[in-house]
Amino acid sequence: MNIPTELKYTKEHEWIKLDGTTATVGITDWAQGELGDIVFVELPEVGDKIERTKPFGTIEAVKAVSDLFAPLSGEVVEINAALEDDPMVINRDAFGDGWMVRIECSDLSELDQLLDSAGYESIING
Amino acid sequence: MKKRTLIYEKSSPGRKGYTLPACRMSEDEILGSIPAEFHRETDAKLPEVTEGEAMRHFVALSVKNHHIDKGFYPLGSCTMKYNPKLNDVAAAMPGFASHHPMAPCSTAPGSLLLMWELSALLAEISGLPSVSLQPVAGAQGEFAGLLVMRAYHLKRGEKRDRIIIPDSAHGTNPASVTSIGFTSVQIESNEHGVVAPEAVAAVIDENVAGMMLTNPNTLGIFETHVKEIAEIVHARGGLMYMDGANLNANMGIFRPGDVGFDIMHFNLHKTFSTPHGGGGPGGGALGVTAELDRFQPLPVLEKDGDGKLFFNYDRPDSIGRLHSFYGNFANMVRAHAYIRTLGGEGLRRASEIAVLNANYLKTLIREDYEVPYDGPCMHEFVASGSRQKKLGVRTLDISKRLLDFGVHSPTNYFPLIVPEALMIEPTETESKETLDDFAEIMKQIAREARENPELVTSAPHTTPVRRLDEVTAARTLDVCYKGDE
Repeated sequence: MNIPTELKYTKEHEWIKLDGTTATVGITDWAQGELGDIVFVELPEVGDKIERTKPFGTIEAVKAVSDLFAPLSGEVVEINAALEDDPMVINRDAFGDGWMVRIECSDLSELDQLLDSAGYESIING
Repeated sequence: MKKRTLIYEKSSPGRKGYTLPACRMSEDEILGSIPAEFHRETDAKLPEVTEGEAMRHFVALSVKNHHIDKGFYPLGSCTMKYNPKLNDVAAAMPGFASHHPMAPCSTAPGSLLLMWELSALLAEISGLPSVSLQPVAGAQGEFAGLLVMRAYHLKRGEKRDRIIIPDSAHGTNPASVTSIGFTSVQIESNEHGVVAPEAVAAVIDENVAGMMLTNPNTLGIFETHVKEIAEIVHARGGLMYMDGANLNANMGIFRPGDVGFDIMHFNLHKTFSTPHGGGGPGGGALGVTAELDRFQPLPVLEKDGDGKLFFNYDRPDSIGRLHSFYGNFANMVRAHAYIRTLGGEGLRRASEIAVLNANYLKTLIREDYEVPYDGPCMHEFVASGSRQKKLGVRTLDISKRLLDFGVHSPTNYFPLIVPEALMIEPTETESKETLDDFAEIMKQIAREARENPELVTSAPHTTPVRRLDEVTAARTLDVCYKGDE
């Protein structure tokens, strides 16, 4: 199972990479495997405010459509525009080129709510 | 032989499959009789082939395709039962097939009588006295049913906009709710795979317009608390909607109208054996209580003072028109033929055998596959490929491998509450031998998953095309022939 130790996670199968107060967010390799071929990703716009645990986008796979839940509150500062033309990059490289949004975090205390890799692994083995 | 796939590639200029008598008008006279803006300026680019070539082309395509006349089709929640050819004989009778939909009612007493009778038959089957045949698909029936629900509340001066839906629901339920501007409130099924009255009581309030429930549900389990749930919803002024997709388990046994459902749709193309699949014409008739009759879509078939049938458009509380003309009439003929052929006893027997077949098949399948909600099932059951997934073989692979055996895949990955779901519905029209053969194939695939998983994960091996690029197909679908460009 590919669960990089340097990342943080949510039980909704997102990964978070912190750089100062900026968080890069994507879905985990396990999640992309469960979803199967990803057809479409709907992301917020730059400047949108998002709120932790609330949906901020949707991801559509051949099997099903799922909401994307915000792992942290803050403002969207960048989105991965490449996903519009080629959403399957998430299937190929979930932890790298398949990133979805960058968020400027508004409440760093929320970081305590995130899981480390061991915590996330215990959830998917649940 | 050189590979020519499209009928356009088989075309040769001047070749034809018809002989017409000489036209009495000259080309100039013909063109002069049609306004200039309607004159075609370029050729229509129709394929030019003989009748024999056209026949071979389409017969070859029909053989490549999978269909109920060719093989087993256990597609759960779709009720892919055999479509008796007698239905088609009835639908092709010139009095039905040749009648123009704009002909006045006075010239169509037979067609109107058939619609009148079919509505009455569906009312008897469902226990809901008012049936509109107009919706042309299950989802359109849902949409119409929710519009009726909204109209009912508005008429009472209430603006409600929440609909309770269990997590086992068909995806069309929340989609229909969103389409009319309502909001879905999802509740969880309990450990037995059914909705508990407590779960409904926990979310009910005066903003709830109603609840949508499928019975039996998509796990193939009978919802045993409908009466109690209906009491909870009705007590707060809401209405009960039944998604009739799984009516094939109920005919002559359980009438939704008797236990508190106010609205339901029928799928003529599932339960009543009219053609189904490929997005073809369906039938999503809508049944409602007498109280809700005034909201039915236009036009409503009624009898005048002399007992003559006519379409009534003067119904001010109606939700309005949903479709051109009166729905998919030819499929009403087929459904009518089916119901009248079987009769009440026959319909009940069909439901009983559908349930028996599903339970028999479940008993065979569960030797090799997980069955998460493993009580007695109704007309379908949900197995899981979770055991095989640990071996690196997913439900998608199992389904692709089934194609190599000439069997259509069960419904995959639905309902969402079962991981790696395989939703299997054999229907009553399959013999014990077919069920045994299918179980044997499933057993073989389970064995292959253990001993030679590569064989399964690289399937299908024998179909005209292998695994398709579903992402590109979904995103940049290209089905228009553009000539030699």
